[in-house]
Amino acid sequence: MSMQGPLATSRSATGIPTGRLAVWWLLASEIFIFGGLIACYILYRLNNPWWGGEAVFTKVPAGAFNTFVLLTSSLFIVLAHDAAEKKDFDRAFKFIWYTIGGGLIFLLVKYYEYSSKLFTDDPELLKTPLTNTYWSFYYTATGLHALHVIGGMVIMALISFDLRKGFNPHRVELIGLYWHFVDIVWIFLFPLLYIAK
Amino acid sequence: MAGAHAHPNYVKIWVLLLVLLVVSIIGPELGIPWLTLLTAFGIALVKTYYVAAYFMHLNFEKKYVWFLLIISTVLLGVFFFGVAGDVMKADGQNWQDCIANNTCAEQQRYVDGQLR
Repeated sequence: MSMQGPLATSRSATGIPTGRLAVWWLLASEIFIFGGLIACYILYRLNNPWWGGEAVFTKVPAGAFNTFVLLTSSLFIVLAHDAAEKKDFDRAFKFIWYTIGGGLIFLLVKYYEYSSKLFTDDPELLKTPLTNTYWSFYYTATGLHALHVIGGMVIMALISFDLRKGFNPHRVELIGLYWHFVDIVWIFLFPLLYIAK
Repeated sequence: MAGAHAHPNYVKIWVLLLVLLVVSIIGPELGIPWLTLLTAFGIALVKTYYVAAYFMHLNFEKKYVWFLLIISTVLLGVFFFGVAGDVMKADGQNWQDCIANNTCAEQQRYVDGQLR
């Protein structure tokens, strides 16, 4: 086995380490995934003013709390990155798990929101992805976002144990970039789905 | 990290983001349409800038990463305006949006939700 470091850190043809450049490209492609969804939502929303009446059924306090949770988890992952750079791997490990905890709280709140709409006996409050186009968008956008949150949490958990031993600390920055992007997506979903009524 | 640079005060940025979050919730409560747009969506853009510039270190990254992300967003804008004509208009001079008008052949095959 080669004793050189991984290409992600040892090669830098563009002035940016290859691993980080790959994440930037990934995020550029994610702009199309979430941006396309959001652009379609805006077009349909402008064409269907009655959607404002449906948005009344979303829970603003829950969405606001989740925004707070994601912003705070973004702080934790950037602090983990800072600690990893200073080779304080125990501290970086701790902040990575705080970030995972933030993701877990986010998902629990999301579960509460989903269950209050999907598992209710009140037909007025029952909102499924098939109720109408607004709720199709709501579940698609928030569901896809939640999958990204889960993916980020799994990757963070996987890299954390290597990191604690001081292996591949650059991965904290890479997953951090991804996590901040997931945060930014929520920054747009929150006003679009919860606030604009 | 994107090269050697002075680290911003991350906690200060976080506090600023929380203040912006509070404004984006309170602003739309006043029920003024332009204020809702400004506080909900304008502040979303400001929050995005702070997260990208300081948490993602874009301010210290190679400039072409900005271009990569901006070009992606601009192309998305092309997509947005490219399909807007079809989505926003139900008919035109030489065409009809049969879904909006409920006149598509596929729709005609259904009567009261049943296949004819």
